[in-house]
Amino acid sequence: MSRDERRLQRTRRRFLVETAALAGAAGIALPLAVEQTSATPASMRAAIKNIVGEAPLNKGKVKMDVPALIENGNAVPLTVSCESPMTQEDHVKAIHVFTEKNPQPNVIGAHLGPRAGRASLSTRIRLADTQKVVAVAQMSDGSFWTDEVEVVVTLAACLEGS
Amino acid sequence: MARALINAPAKAKRGEVIEIKTLISHVMETGFRPDGTGKPVPRDIISEFICKYNGEEIFRAELFPAIAANPFLTFFTVASESGTLSFEWTGDNGFTASESVNITVE
Repeated sequence: MSRDERRLQRTRRRFLVETAALAGAAGIALPLAVEQTSATPASMRAAIKNIVGEAPLNKGKVKMDVPALIENGNAVPLTVSCESPMTQEDHVKAIHVFTEKNPQPNVIGAHLGPRAGRASLSTRIRLADTQKVVAVAQMSDGSFWTDEVEVVVTLAACLEGS
Repeated sequence: MARALINAPAKAKRGEVIEIKTLISHVMETGFRPDGTGKPVPRDIISEFICKYNGEEIFRAELFPAIAANPFLTFFTVASESGTLSFEWTGDNGFTASESVNITVE
């Protein structure tokens, strides 16, 4: 091996080491930067409590339809439907959707009544990370029902500015 | 005026549950996304949507930055009488938009 070749190899090795170090540093720095602008499970709980108050949150009746694996977090199709006869006496008053790790826990708060006929809504949402999405429905009798789905996101909704 | 698209049946039987689909063009800028210089782009979203059936509110939604650009909403209502379905969107920076469609109930 000539001296030139050896020097080239040395610089290449140094380049690889430095790149790895840089990537490592970025890897540590990035989650910290994201952490600042993301709601935590605690803030999601606070947002849900804001709606529900002290009333118990029951599992069931609500069904959330969202793909389990999402390629693009910028537009995620979401459908929330509730079992309810939708009569004057027994209907769904409101449907709320929350996320765990978006910058803000709230996604949508929909208010409907017996004239809806069917308690169901669809929209497209943004997801900043792989996280839990929670739907809460408020019935006319004052009870609250919930459903949650764990969603894996490969490309997050733009937070860092693409 | 932002472009809005409404998809609702023009005719329905009395008592039938009909599906209404709405779409409006809007950036829905979250307020969390930095621009080229690192400062966050100010929030600019549609924050409320209301649908009225012959003047009576049948569906209302509060929207947050987590709603994707060009908000799309689908919901249901019972076709009770002939008349108009009107739609209103309001948001940041004085944004307002409205649209209406007629429905004939037999």
